[in-house]
Amino acid sequence: MATKILIPTPLRPYTDKKDAVEADGATVGELIADLTRRHAGLKAHLYNEQGKLRSFVNIYVNDDDIRYLQKEQTPVSAGDTVSIIPSVAGGTESVADRSVGVRPLADLPQLTNDEVKRYSRHLIMPEVGVDGQRRLKAGSVLCIGAGGLGSPAAMYLAAAGVGTIGVVDFDVVDFSNLQRQIIHGTPDVGRSKLASAKDRLTAINPHVDVQTYEVALSSENALKLFEPYDVILDGTDNFPTRYLTNDACVLLGKPNAYGSIFRFEGQASVFGTKEGPCYRCLYPEPPPPGLVPSCAEGGVLGVLPGVIGVIQATEAVKLITGIGEPLIGRFLIYDALKMRFRELKLRKDPDCPVCGTHPTVTKLIDYEQFCGIHPAAPEPATVNNATEITAVELKQRLDRGDKLTIIDVREPNEYQINRIAGSTLIPLGDIPRRYAELNPEDELIMQCKSGARSGRAADFLRSVGFKRVLNLKGGILDWIDKVDPTQPKY
Amino acid sequence: MADHPITVTDAVDEAIRAHGQETYPHECCGALVGADGRITATVPLPNVTDEGPRRRFRVSDKDYMMSERRAGELGGELLGFYHSHPDHPARPSQYDLDHAWPNFAYVIVAVAAGRAGDMTVWWLKDDRSSFEEGELQHGDENTDSDTAPAVHR
Repeated sequence: MATKILIPTPLRPYTDKKDAVEADGATVGELIADLTRRHAGLKAHLYNEQGKLRSFVNIYVNDDDIRYLQKEQTPVSAGDTVSIIPSVAGGTESVADRSVGVRPLADLPQLTNDEVKRYSRHLIMPEVGVDGQRRLKAGSVLCIGAGGLGSPAAMYLAAAGVGTIGVVDFDVVDFSNLQRQIIHGTPDVGRSKLASAKDRLTAINPHVDVQTYEVALSSENALKLFEPYDVILDGTDNFPTRYLTNDACVLLGKPNAYGSIFRFEGQASVFGTKEGPCYRCLYPEPPPPGLVPSCAEGGVLGVLPGVIGVIQATEAVKLITGIGEPLIGRFLIYDALKMRFRELKLRKDPDCPVCGTHPTVTKLIDYEQFCGIHPAAPEPATVNNATEITAVELKQRLDRGDKLTIIDVREPNEYQINRIAGSTLIPLGDIPRRYAELNPEDELIMQCKSGARSGRAADFLRSVGFKRVLNLKGGILDWIDKVDPTQPKY
Repeated sequence: MADHPITVTDAVDEAIRAHGQETYPHECCGALVGADGRITATVPLPNVTDEGPRRRFRVSDKDYMMSERRAGELGGELLGFYHSHPDHPARPSQYDLDHAWPNFAYVIVAVAAGRAGDMTVWWLKDDRSSFEEGELQHGDENTDSDTAPAVHR
């Protein structure tokens, strides 16, 4: 009992150009099997390697799709007409392939009515749309630090509807943070940065799941912390953590929305992707310790992290939704004073120790050591080996009437804020030129904000023959804490 | 089928580009109609994908059957399908390959930032291993014979 089968145009070359042929079988499955026996060329296009009908081969019995009948078991008889209808489909690689989360659209969470209202300005743009917003809802970003960069980044990510925002920090809100770390407010001073950040983010968007991690990021915990997140947002302010974040991102294959700030200049890029360069392709080695001042030493324009942090958040949103051109292989430099952006092309370095073709760094290392920073020796009970003096000892000796020359090696604008009475200002950079002004016979007390710069000045003076040089431990901050609390701290 | 030169008329070329620009940033799709390696008409079709039209297209079964019928009515046959790649090169993806049919011309137009750019044509190899790029020729030679205008629904 032969059944008529209509052959679609692309398969007719295998049926002697006929648009209809006959085959035998009691069910659709038997019928198609018989068809491919009679016309062998059809087999590869109708069946997959496992011998199953391909998903894009649609079969109709008369006018009904067999999916809604009994599939391949659907009975057929002589009078029926069976049609093979090609399902024509295609497209570029899926958004899931391009966006970082790699989630099939069907698995994405739906938006509630409240969320539709909240995100309506996203939803009406086809580039984001409902699907993009669902990707954001399923997406997650881990902010390293709730400081200058992490503040604006996390706030905008929360507002944009990124479903999970993680924050890593272990600091406490200080008055000196408030000039730029806008996630924290004046009433938050003294609170943990994480508690303050969580309150603010939840106030902006209660739909966001805020995860807080009160730890110092380390080689021991970084991979575990990063693992559940789609994008890592590097808002760190020091080299060991920056290299650690970079290497962990490369090892896990997670994009790193990178930003950094110093004084009036900011930088941003996206590192750690498979196709693009990483931070080490740009800077294989950290600068010698002390060469590049931190924001605490060099200062930072308060609005600057707003610009850079929001650029990082923009990149995170683009990566999660899979839209636009990510800042991969490009290094953006922003000069706030000139109000100019420059862009450098970055190439992936094939010799990069982490992301190159033959990586030498295949697990996380000791980043303090890598950056030349040695862990502080345990504090001796009493000071000390004649290179340092504490604030209390200094006060006692001054009160005793000892003849001491205090050299403040900070910058003039810092000296303007607070100072030890009777100190002489010689900024660190001027010491090599001006040390001749000092008498090698005098006992010199070197002092700065916290003791780091003055320590370098003391080392220099000893190297040029000064014998009686002491560094004020903890700098003027300790002096104010322990001796003169009337002065302001910065 | 060795190398596959295929000709598109200027009207077909324009119709495919215009369709891609019209649906940007979503993918457009449509049928290619003609005979003897000359595409002389297009049948723009709705994209019924349920996987997100920015990266996917699908032609419904009903529209597929209509396209075969329409090709006959236009005096030609169904030669294949076209679709656009918004902000993506005019090269077939793995997804295109997985869903491809033999003996069909697959024309892809790249639409970058709303502007149609490269247009290419591809044929599935008989062993389904990959696509082979065909040669897309433009031209209105033999205009007297069969200049069917682009058909819009």
